[in-house]
Amino acid sequence: MNTDLQEKRIPIIKIRDFLIVSIQVDMHDRLAIKLQSQILEEIAKTGAKGVLIDISVLEMVDSFIGRMLSGMATMASIMDAAVVIVGMQPAVAITLVELGLDMPGVDTALNMEKGMEMLEKRMRDQQVEDF
Amino acid sequence: MFEQTTDKNWSLLDKQVLETEYDIVRIRQLIRSHAKGIQMGIVDQTRITTAVSELLRNMYNYANGGEVQIETGPVEGKMALIITCSDHGPGIENLEMAMSDGYTTGMGLGYGLPGAKRLVDKFEIETQKDKGTTVRLIKWR
Repeated sequence: MNTDLQEKRIPIIKIRDFLIVSIQVDMHDRLAIKLQSQILEEIAKTGAKGVLIDISVLEMVDSFIGRMLSGMATMASIMDAAVVIVGMQPAVAITLVELGLDMPGVDTALNMEKGMEMLEKRMRDQQVEDF
Repeated sequence: MFEQTTDKNWSLLDKQVLETEYDIVRIRQLIRSHAKGIQMGIVDQTRITTAVSELLRNMYNYANGGEVQIETGPVEGKMALIITCSDHGPGIENLEMAMSDGYTTGMGLGYGLPGAKRLVDKFEIETQKDKGTTVRLIKWR
């Protein structure tokens, strides 16, 4: 069981001020929880200002995974990092709304590039404020 | 049980046992492939897969697992995918409450049952204290 979890480890890549996570597997609940804490640890370790999570491969987001994503966005914002969910499939978006799941605090972008632009704009705005 | 929608003309596609967390992933993927197999559209595939995922998690959390039966056949004259999830858990004490949005006994957010119901065309549930719960989801193709 342990080896299975290790096999399915989801890599977190840091590029400049951002973390990039591409979820390529259908996650079981424990893997989702593990990913959540890994990302938060990575934010603490690197001081990343933003996290891009690509879910374009995910064919389904149920209430558990949805809750994991929005919980992570809230926790990350407390740590001064923004989370952008990228590439949600239309069928997944429709299903999430019908399921009745609110995902407060979660920003979304159509693709990785748009998501990156969002995060960069947020950083620029913040620098202006700081100034 | 479920008299209105039990039909002898249904054919059994699959029967699975849910025991571990990994089975939740495995069985929902199976549902997806059967939905694809009967040429269901992509949005409906996603709806039924998500609805089943919610039920499987309930079964795993509250009833220590259970059984899932996947069938196909006519329901009210239209071709459908029929998923029946049954467990031998404690049963649902207050069904009306469990079917209302946001109600939870603590382990989830309370989207499970009402959310699953919204995602399918027909939703039937039978529950008996200390005997278990059976939920049937029907999605027309």
